[in-house]
Amino acid sequence: MDAGVHELTRWSAARLGHALAAREVSAAEVTTAHLERIAAVDDRVHAFLCVDAEGALAAAETVDAARARGDQLPLLAGVPVAVKDVLAQTGLPTTCGSRILRGWVPPYDATVVRRLRAAGMVLLGKTNMDEFAMGSSTEHSAYGPTHNPWDLDRIPGGSGGGSAAAVASWSAPLAIGTDTGGSIRQPAAVTGTVGVKPTYGAVSRYGLVALASSLDQAGPCARTVADAALLHAVIAGHDRLDSTSIDAPVPDVVAAARRGAEADLRGVRVGLVRELDGDGYAPGVRTRFTEAVEVLAGLGAEVVEVSCPHFPYALAAYYLILPSEASSNLARFDGMRFGLRDGDDGTHSAEEVMARSRAAGFGPEAKRRIMLGTYALSTGYYDAYYGQAQKVRTLVAADFAAAFAQVDVVVSPTTPTTAFRLGEKVDDPMAMYLSDIATIPANLAGIAAMSLPAGRAEEDGLPVGVQLMAPAMADDRLYRVGAALEAALVARWGHLLIEEAPAL
Amino acid sequence: MSTTDTSEELLAYDEATERYDPVLGLEVHVELSTATKMFCGCPTVFGAEPNTQVCPTCLGLPGSLPVVNAVAVESAIRIGLALNCSIASWCRFARKNYFYPDMPKDYQVSQYDEPIATDGWIDVPATMDGQAHTVRVPIERAHLEEDTGKSLHVGGVTGRIHGAAYSLVDYNRAGIPLVEIVTRPIEGAGRWAPEFARAYVATLRDLVAGLGVSDVRMEQGSLRADVNLSLRPYGQQALGIRSETKNVNSLRSVERAVRYEVRRQAARLERGQRVVQETRHFHEDTGVTTPGRSKEQAEDYRYFPEPDLVPLAPDPAWVERLRAGLPEPPATRRARLAAAWGISTLEMDAVVHAGAVDLVEQTVAAGATPVAARRWWLGELARRANESGVGLAELGITPGQVARVVALVESASLPDSLARQVVAGVLDGEGEPEQVVVARGLSVVSDAVELTRVVDEALAQAPDVVAKIRAGKVAAAGAIVGAVMKSTAGRADAARVRELVLQRCAGAS
Repeated sequence: MDAGVHELTRWSAARLGHALAAREVSAAEVTTAHLERIAAVDDRVHAFLCVDAEGALAAAETVDAARARGDQLPLLAGVPVAVKDVLAQTGLPTTCGSRILRGWVPPYDATVVRRLRAAGMVLLGKTNMDEFAMGSSTEHSAYGPTHNPWDLDRIPGGSGGGSAAAVASWSAPLAIGTDTGGSIRQPAAVTGTVGVKPTYGAVSRYGLVALASSLDQAGPCARTVADAALLHAVIAGHDRLDSTSIDAPVPDVVAAARRGAEADLRGVRVGLVRELDGDGYAPGVRTRFTEAVEVLAGLGAEVVEVSCPHFPYALAAYYLILPSEASSNLARFDGMRFGLRDGDDGTHSAEEVMARSRAAGFGPEAKRRIMLGTYALSTGYYDAYYGQAQKVRTLVAADFAAAFAQVDVVVSPTTPTTAFRLGEKVDDPMAMYLSDIATIPANLAGIAAMSLPAGRAEEDGLPVGVQLMAPAMADDRLYRVGAALEAALVARWGHLLIEEAPAL
Repeated sequence: MSTTDTSEELLAYDEATERYDPVLGLEVHVELSTATKMFCGCPTVFGAEPNTQVCPTCLGLPGSLPVVNAVAVESAIRIGLALNCSIASWCRFARKNYFYPDMPKDYQVSQYDEPIATDGWIDVPATMDGQAHTVRVPIERAHLEEDTGKSLHVGGVTGRIHGAAYSLVDYNRAGIPLVEIVTRPIEGAGRWAPEFARAYVATLRDLVAGLGVSDVRMEQGSLRADVNLSLRPYGQQALGIRSETKNVNSLRSVERAVRYEVRRQAARLERGQRVVQETRHFHEDTGVTTPGRSKEQAEDYRYFPEPDLVPLAPDPAWVERLRAGLPEPPATRRARLAAAWGISTLEMDAVVHAGAVDLVEQTVAAGATPVAARRWWLGELARRANESGVGLAELGITPGQVARVVALVESASLPDSLARQVVAGVLDGEGEPEQVVVARGLSVVSDAVELTRVVDEALAQAPDVVAKIRAGKVAAAGAIVGAVMKSTAGRADAARVRELVLQRCAGAS
């Protein structure tokens, strides 16, 4: 094996960035190494829906040429990144994992994509996902599931299983995910990687094909907390094209991660959410989580229990708000202007063509949620469903506000279980929905949250994630505490958890 | 071109209004004349090539997001203030969900239970039974929303989507800001309901035009009226079942649509049938309304707050500044000007209908008498504008220029016939009135010797006329005056010529 090339895929984004800046390696070499890795493993992992070798190499050469001229470039210039196929990117199809968008090439870049390009990053391709980000396993992709690099018979989480698996399979050092109810954090947890859902409004949603507008948020997927911070800093910031984007300075997450790596949490108060504990969590998950909390205490953090009494209602509220917004957001997929069109043979009316296109283009989970949302918004039911759910949402936010009056961050397991087997829950929507029980409250409240590896469960040897949550626009706290925990655990393990994943 | 069902039975109008009390409701959509659309930066020029003023947002492409046009919000607030509404201190947009090919997102961003302006009124001048009245119409709300695209259904006989061979959609209009102004039920117009509906729309149009926030051109669709009408027996409190007539594209059509609906609904009620709550379409060519979609099984729009936008919370101080900056209401202004110019309401109406209020006002301000200013703008200039098919303001002559022509006439140096030539010169781009006078040699022949010579010449040519004058037939002098005016190309003062003619005839006897 040519250590020089293959080893590059094992480097962190930070290391790659410094080596590229020092011109120890070229962006073309780094890009080629990742393209080769994808070619070698992605037929089994299926993290990518589309790989843009040509575009990636061209971008890499542009960076190399600029560096050869002596231009000062951003740290991640020349570092590859994979983008979840829910973000519009010119030149490549954006499918959202749905048949209804097969072949649709957006005429514009999402703001996140524009910022990645502006930072000189190399866009490797688009990653697989549950259709329109609806799911927790990537099995609801119209283009086939993604497989967990730890065990190819298991799910990589969802909806952003492709982005997590790309990072976990060493196919990309970084990836962009989106998180509506846990779609960055749950895949990170079950693949032994790091995923961050920034504060709602911290990263522009312009060009992010909406599932639930009031919940969706793009964020970084990485193998280390420090790498996640570097990518977070590239994509966050106010965007006048997104009215819900926050016009305030982005907290210095990179500095926070650096400070956290000093592994000193004296003066930091950590809250254990009483309602996110208990019998619903697998033993291996509980054990690793308890250990992680002990590690935090060992680093000097003050650990206290906090109560969030309305969290038990969060899942139900979420499954009213999300389908309601989704039923409206997905209305535009009607075969009239773009995407799949069915029945346009001169014998059907426009209305029939719309209905047929939607019937043929949407998968079962999308249809299920469109029907749920249509019902919940109907006259006579609105107050009982959507209206009540919004009240629960307010109460969940109030629970967090009360907790953050006592503590700086709150912690919980990210998921109730480790990665389940492909096919295990695909026909049981309720079981699938419960995968997000711990991640949903942060979306409802719009706060910041991170998942990072806590170790492997004894019973199956699969990764377990620990979740950190911080107040809105205090994303830096996640990085400080996350980096400290990571540093302590890596010191104990002697390496990153992902290094323990079997070779593909 | 449209085939319409004219088989509906109608009751004679007088009979209908003797038995039933019409109640009106008007929903007027005003397209704002902002430079860009409601939620994106696309231009809003009317009549551009189809689908050339579009972007990801107004095409509803996946991932696109709306951003509120602040000028549209300002315009909506000004309309609300001019309608004496309360302006919401906090309100949201809502999504109105329904599927239609010309609506890019298959939902319309509108306002539902939180409109930006509520509970206002507008005073509408109306003539009923020969009496001038001012009726205060209650305004329920004015709210902001985006327009849809425009469908063109090709083939088929109705021009509607059913039966069409294919349809084309132009999304240039999609996303243009609209303000929808909704009245509360208007009661008490009685048999004058058609005229009153028209007067309301005309008054509203003038009010909005005065704010400068819309072109309010009904023929271009920048002001569109939906006319709701119901009938009830006189004395009954409860409202009857209403029809909602769309596609009413002129003031005259507003009147005709109401009249038709009164007759149609009355005929149904007379026969013991019920009025169906439905949307109807008005047909300009035949003057009838035909049913659209029934609202009996009301479409459920599943309104909910638009999560892609943040709430509007206009700063109260800003709203007060907008209020202070409102122009004088058209009715108040008209009354003030009519008094200042010493004219009747009817005469003022003529100025308004000619679209000449501003022009006359500015001409007077530039020194002309109100009588002369009105006479020019409503006479010669209106005629010229009509000939060239342009508005008075676009005719190519300024109020200042008109005032100078008036001054030339009034200083007696320019007879009317010459003044018209001066105006023609200005309109033809020959420069200022004074320049036209010089260039066209339009100065009056006022030199007595010269004028006497011309008169003598004319007298010499017509000894028979001279004889008649001398015989006492003074009226015959007109022929000589005419000849002199002709030979001077109208540059003589006719009264002076006549004097001279009589003088010369008398002197030579």
